[in-house]
Amino acid sequence: MSSVQTTTAAAGGFWRDSGKTGIGSWIFSTDHKRIGLLYLYSVLGFFLVGATLGLLLRLELMTPGRTIMGATTYNALFTVHGVVMIFLFIIPGIPASFGNLVMPIQIGARDVAFPRLNLLSWWLYAIGALVVLTALFTGGGAPDTGWTFYVPFSARTGTNVSVAVFGVFILGFSSILTGINFVTTIHRLRAEGMNWGRLPLFVWSLYATAWVQILATPIIAITLVLVIAERVLGTGLFDPGRGGDPIMFQHLFWIYSHPAVYIMILPAMGVVSEIIPVFSRKPIFGYKMIAFSSIAIAAAGSLVWGHHMYTSGMSDTAVMVFSFLTFIVAIPSAIKVFNWVSTLYRGSISLEAPMLFALSFVLLFSIGGLSGLILGAAATDVHVHDTHFVVGHFHYVMFGGTGFAFFGAAHYWLPKFYGRRYKEKPALIGWALMFVGFNVTYFTMQVLGIRGMPRRYYDYLPEFAPLNMVATVGSWILAAGLIIMIVNLWRGLFWGEPFQGNPWGGATLEWSVPTPPPTENFEEEPVVSHGPYDFKGAGVP
Amino acid sequence: MKTDNAEHIVDYRKLAAVWLALLALTTATVVVSRLELGAGKVWAALAIACLKSGLVIAFFMHMKYETRLFRIILFVALVTLAIFIGLTFFDVLYR
Amino acid sequence: MSHEEPKDEVGAKLGMWLFLFTELLLFGGLFILYAVYLARYPHEFATAGHELNVAFGAGNTVVLLTSSLFAAMAVTAIKRGERGRALALLGGTLGCAMIFLAIKYLEWSAKIGHGIYPGSPKLAAGPPGESVFFGLYYLTTGLHGIHVLIGGVLLSWIGARVKGGSIHAGDNVALENGTLYWHLVDLVWIFIFPLYYLIL
Repeated sequence: MSSVQTTTAAAGGFWRDSGKTGIGSWIFSTDHKRIGLLYLYSVLGFFLVGATLGLLLRLELMTPGRTIMGATTYNALFTVHGVVMIFLFIIPGIPASFGNLVMPIQIGARDVAFPRLNLLSWWLYAIGALVVLTALFTGGGAPDTGWTFYVPFSARTGTNVSVAVFGVFILGFSSILTGINFVTTIHRLRAEGMNWGRLPLFVWSLYATAWVQILATPIIAITLVLVIAERVLGTGLFDPGRGGDPIMFQHLFWIYSHPAVYIMILPAMGVVSEIIPVFSRKPIFGYKMIAFSSIAIAAAGSLVWGHHMYTSGMSDTAVMVFSFLTFIVAIPSAIKVFNWVSTLYRGSISLEAPMLFALSFVLLFSIGGLSGLILGAAATDVHVHDTHFVVGHFHYVMFGGTGFAFFGAAHYWLPKFYGRRYKEKPALIGWALMFVGFNVTYFTMQVLGIRGMPRRYYDYLPEFAPLNMVATVGSWILAAGLIIMIVNLWRGLFWGEPFQGNPWGGATLEWSVPTPPPTENFEEEPVVSHGPYDFKGAGVP
Repeated sequence: MKTDNAEHIVDYRKLAAVWLALLALTTATVVVSRLELGAGKVWAALAIACLKSGLVIAFFMHMKYETRLFRIILFVALVTLAIFIGLTFFDVLYR
Repeated sequence: MSHEEPKDEVGAKLGMWLFLFTELLLFGGLFILYAVYLARYPHEFATAGHELNVAFGAGNTVVLLTSSLFAAMAVTAIKRGERGRALALLGGTLGCAMIFLAIKYLEWSAKIGHGIYPGSPKLAAGPPGESVFFGLYYLTTGLHGIHVLIGGVLLSWIGARVKGGSIHAGDNVALENGTLYWHLVDLVWIFIFPLYYLIL
């Protein structure tokens, strides 16, 4: 951390103006920007861990039979890949890092409503992550249940499920506290003139996300407690031998974990809604509908968890009800896509790095969303359930969607907070490699799934060999792009050209404060007199 | 930054009256459970429990004196829980 | 953060209510299971429910309702500037919390003495529905008991702050929030009592 301070010291702002620079001034700071960066470094670190595991999984699948690891290792690896990516990267990803960094400034506030709670939330994240990591190397070894911890296997396996599950429980607490903080902040701390119709769309999406965090996360918390109780006390609530019902675990698990995918994707949609108008030099098309669709997605997302369970043995009535409800979610999602595309129409588009990531999001999310409809329809889902089609689908939405938006946000906002910028050309090369590698990897997986290759097996029939080779090579291209992008960002943000003012001409409030923003954000409490995408009103060229 | 901190003080007598009502309802729920109502018993017990919670929320927890926002979000939370229970029963009742 | 600004009491209460919703849904998960298993095993639930002691349950209901009354009155007292009375009322709440836990202890130890506890051989040999009922009973009342304990610690700390003078007529949102938490504990019990002790 010490090199961080010396290199960016010239930039000043919140890095320096409090006069505190030691590590303690970061990990005990209540400044939302410092907490946001703590989160950024943590989630990025875990992303790299998860990505490495993913590459290893792809390497194992490169050829049929045993390639680099055996079945047991493979089981542990895909479980840890899932747990790390879901609970340690994507769920806290955008809201806790960029949400913390940007949201208070965007609404004209000095900090979040409960700064100390915000710090506690990061600490709980760190402790939860530590507990999860401990689970991997102690007891019976890393869990081999898949990230879904399905009973009855999770209740019986000798691997270290209880500790891992307890770690996830703590992470849930952290997520809840962030949600409470954000809802309260957005209700109570908006600057004068920042009414609900002037709220940046990123803030709207965080608001919807925060509600999902508050209302859905407790359900996973109690579910995980129940799994621990199964293992430790032998309560038998999910044990059919003693009157329990394992399908009830799946219900409880997905009551949280389906809404959780909206915790992952909504903030990403908010990021895209910020980037597209700025790089199209045009006010966003359909502001109200985009804002409303965030709330609609959060609400409708709570009604559809059963679509993960069509083949579980759930009643046919429930299958039909959940299938119907699932299609409702497509409507607000499509509203967003159409509005982004309409914003581009006749805009003065500049294809810089943030915009490329945002546009990739629109395309990849659309592909992922449409393949989601195939899975949402019960009739087709029965055929592709638990195949690589599902794996391809959620990587399109989570990585092609949220991942690309996360990196778009990094290219868009981080220069503002570091006071230095990355080089454009390597950013473009990194993006291009990632985009190509991504599609080669995951589109191939979808094809494999349609042809019948199941997920979560370390071996497969010889007929799947050529396409698996393609997917694995794709993962190398993707990894090369990732490395170029991250190295370029890292070098640029710490040693790159100075970044001043508002080069992209954003009209939201974070572009009106000094670069990097001072600890107090605003010299005096701002009075907002224009909308978030009213470029003329904001006086930017 | 909002500045709308208004305080409402509930007097002791009102609180005590609510407490007496809660005790009366507790007695009622025990009495109802001794009647022969079949499955209706569950609904009667739940109805009384809802009434009791309503009293606690409105007076002990001051919900009656809070702004509309508080009532809206409470409603949202309760509806969410109801949906979680309700949709699960599409599976449980028809399996 | 060096700025001195008036405390946003509404914001603090809003945050507390949001937290209470998360508690509500935490218990909600258990109530979902209760509803599902009650629908599946109505008779076993009835038989098992009769084994619970209604006197213990009803007594604890009265104790908790009374503790809630004291907590609510403590808020009124602090807002009127009656610090001594507020402290006494908080003491009353804490006393009730201890009585509640004592009764709970007696109840649980009686049940465990009869060989009824999660994973016990007696339950494993009995009808499946009863094992589910008692599994839920122990988890729900156990989780509730933990909340009573946390609430008690929270209110003691708040009581200490009232005594120290940092919570007073002009700034008492911490006390209000603490009592909100306590009322939630009461609310959950209002549902536990009829569902576990009285049904059928």
